[in-house]
Amino acid sequence: MGPSQAIDELPLELLKESGQREVFCGLTSIVWLHRRMPDAFFLVVGSRTCAHLIQSAAGVMIFAEPRFGTAILGERDLAGLADANEELDRLVKDLLERRPEIRTLFLVGSCPSEVIKLDLAKAAERLNTQLAGRVMVLNYSGSGIETTFTQGEDQALQAMVPLMPASQVDQLLIVGTLADAVEDRLIHLFGRLGIPLVTSLPPRRSTELPPIGPGTRVLLAQPFLSATARALVNRGAQLLSAPYPFGCEGSRAWMAAGAEAFGVPGPLVAEVLDPLVERGRRAIAPHRELLAGKRLFLLPDSQLELSLGRFLQRECGMELVEVGTPYLDRQLLAAELALLPEATRISEGQDVERQLERVRAARPDLVVCGLGLANPLEAEGIATKWSIELVFSPIHGCDQAGDLAELFARSLRRRAVLSFA
Amino acid sequence: MELTLWTYEGPPHVGAMRIATSMEGLHYVLHAPQGDTYADLLFTMIERRDRRPPVTYTTFQARDLGGDTAELVKRSIGEAVARFQPEALLVGESCTAELIQDQPGSLAAGMDLGGIPVVSLDLPAYSKKENWGAAETLYQLVRGLLRAQLPIPGFEKPSPRRWQQEGRRPRVNLLGPSLLGFRCRDDVREITRLLAEYGIDVTVVAPLGARPADLMRIPTADANVCLYPEVAAPLCSWLERSFGMATVRTVPLGVGATVAFLRELHVLLGLELPAELEAGRDGVCQAERHSRLPWYSRSVDSTYLTAKRVFIFADATHAIAAARIASQELGFKVVGLGSYSRELAREVRAAAAELGLEALITDDYLAVESAMAAAAPELVLGTQMERHSAKRLGIPCAVISSPLHVQDVPARYSPQMGFEGANVIFDAWVHPLMMGLEEHLIGMFRHDFEFVDGHLSHLEGATRSAEPAPAATSPAPAPVPAAEGLVWSPDGEAELAKIPFFVRGKVRKNTEAYARERGLALIDSEALYEAKAHFSS
Repeated sequence: MGPSQAIDELPLELLKESGQREVFCGLTSIVWLHRRMPDAFFLVVGSRTCAHLIQSAAGVMIFAEPRFGTAILGERDLAGLADANEELDRLVKDLLERRPEIRTLFLVGSCPSEVIKLDLAKAAERLNTQLAGRVMVLNYSGSGIETTFTQGEDQALQAMVPLMPASQVDQLLIVGTLADAVEDRLIHLFGRLGIPLVTSLPPRRSTELPPIGPGTRVLLAQPFLSATARALVNRGAQLLSAPYPFGCEGSRAWMAAGAEAFGVPGPLVAEVLDPLVERGRRAIAPHRELLAGKRLFLLPDSQLELSLGRFLQRECGMELVEVGTPYLDRQLLAAELALLPEATRISEGQDVERQLERVRAARPDLVVCGLGLANPLEAEGIATKWSIELVFSPIHGCDQAGDLAELFARSLRRRAVLSFA
Repeated sequence: MELTLWTYEGPPHVGAMRIATSMEGLHYVLHAPQGDTYADLLFTMIERRDRRPPVTYTTFQARDLGGDTAELVKRSIGEAVARFQPEALLVGESCTAELIQDQPGSLAAGMDLGGIPVVSLDLPAYSKKENWGAAETLYQLVRGLLRAQLPIPGFEKPSPRRWQQEGRRPRVNLLGPSLLGFRCRDDVREITRLLAEYGIDVTVVAPLGARPADLMRIPTADANVCLYPEVAAPLCSWLERSFGMATVRTVPLGVGATVAFLRELHVLLGLELPAELEAGRDGVCQAERHSRLPWYSRSVDSTYLTAKRVFIFADATHAIAAARIASQELGFKVVGLGSYSRELAREVRAAAAELGLEALITDDYLAVESAMAAAAPELVLGTQMERHSAKRLGIPCAVISSPLHVQDVPARYSPQMGFEGANVIFDAWVHPLMMGLEEHLIGMFRHDFEFVDGHLSHLEGATRSAEPAPAATSPAPAPVPAAEGLVWSPDGEAELAKIPFFVRGKVRKNTEAYARERGLALIDSEALYEAKAHFSS
């Protein structure tokens, strides 16, 4: 085992690893971002590998013309960057003619575009001048050399921050892609708490960016939005610290942090939230029965691992063997770290072979992992839950706590039900 | 720079992964950035593999680029060899690593790896694609492993009939079957069984299931069967040139091709041609009775298949074979033929020309979709991409080629090649059409009281769940507004509405073209019938 250390003042064990990482790159975030903003197009400037990755991760090709695509670099583009820029302009022009409904175009950097130093910020500037406001062109990097999986969303949102109009207005800003229905529900609940103005980033329409300023209090709905959080703070917003809204406990604390920032009196918070927590616990109960006492190993993937580990340990009674995370942002995860039991082993980064050795040695009852590892572990007799489902499913809030627990319980329930004797 | 929304093929290093993952005892060290490990899920999810692909990725990050990525490559190679103890090693790079030029192959060559064969792969990611990468990898791997066995120039070619002197049965290699290829697992079983029935043994199947040591036995066979040209053609050509090994190039897809394949093998190997492989006086060869396809196709129930319009787009091998089976063995009319396999474009063009068509060679699925729409087929035979396009156009479709979806790796035995493969093909292609016919019948009888809304079957309430399949797949096409300057009269519209939905669009288009040609402004029922007569004469 590699070097271990305690995390700050917390009695947790941190294992830092480097080696082969079995994680998606940030381009994968496009798969849910494009659904959130139907008037935006995500154009990856990259290679055939990038196109193949998104296609494979997205799984379904039901759209004739999806709202994402790849400008595949060819040998000629590599030979001369001037030509590559001209080619990109031509391709964008063709794309926008064909898809007049596009309001915002994200130029998404990839590993090859970064390595050849194709300047997409300049390209966006150039295209914005040419397009004269008809379409807003933004750029960010989703490259594997700089981002993992969910960090792609962080980069995309960060790119939108400078365009948010400045405003002194008092508002609660929820940051991070949520399912529309979940977002509506959360806004409704904040309304019942007396917070009148609740806005979201990313917005449902890419052109309707929420305002930002000193009156803005930010609640992150996802724990992987470090760069976006910094950019919002730089625009004067106040970042609220809370556990993330997974499970009853996390969701209550998260909403209460929002309420507190607006001076909502404690009794009102309790009046609105406690019945939800009560109901959520009832929804979790049948799954808790199955999950309690079971040993859980989370492999690093979506960056939700600490929050999910906290939920499964505290509300479902699971025992944490190891909680892996691609990287650890101590500030954004401070509230989560504080809730983890003493001596929880947290691993940051990955050396997949060594980590799998630890999995095999520990024989956990459930492993949360990516799609490349799930079937091989199942074949070794280890139950798995694929983590990509967690970024596609509505899992935020007290109302979803039962569903969230069910996602994990289902793996165990299914194994229990199968019999071929 | 080229805009791609969905692709038929992955990058060439995914082709190399297909070879590595198909085999046993082989390991592939891939210099690639974090994120390229996505390719594992192609095998663990689509093929439901119970093991991770034998691939070690260096997964370098931006911070490594400032430092020594070459050192990272060497460390990854050393660790992979120590951990997996492969019998042979492939070393290569993905698109991004190609740009930073660490030359992983040379780095590996300079390392002490205990003497295992190391094959360095040079797969240009910005100009080549997956199938090319698979073919190149298989060729380079076999070439590397057979280096010590290479005959001296001017050697005497081994005779494919030498089995006769050696007092043994003739034997061949089956080359090309791989993971993510279409039904390779079952094709290998079917062809092996078929060959055994004619007294021919299989020496090596590669890459699927082979070990490096097996590849070294390739020259001990009497001939090579190039089962999947996309993957095995370059290797077979090299084995011909360097070892003088003959190649059987007929791909046994369909009844006719299976018979032709067996005849080619018998002639090549100097086996006596069994009577059942000879064409009888009626032109029928007895061996075709090993498949039900010929009889099913001749049976009167299949009359309705006559001249069904079929559009075909696939890899070259499956597209060419499908065109032949469709036109000759099922009596369909092929109205479109194309492939994304540029390497084999010449062969596809020739097959299309024989049918009086111009082949569509493209990897732009939108071009395929619009060609499909223009051809107005009644059945589409394609890849998963065409399945989606056909669904959007409301046309039945059967998948005949990679790229695959998990549903194209069925649990049941389901080959495409050989006589059993022909049976599978008959079912797979005809059933979607029967669904079409069923819809037609529903359309015909839709005014009968059984189909009136609210009518319940004797299952009381079960009707809803029992019948929605056809309804879901065939939304009646929305009325198309008449083209510029043309008006349909009410009786013309009424007559048009009586025409089955799946040809209605075409009839409307033809009638409007006819009306324009004749300068008619109003299309009534008479005009429709005149147009019908005009186009059928």
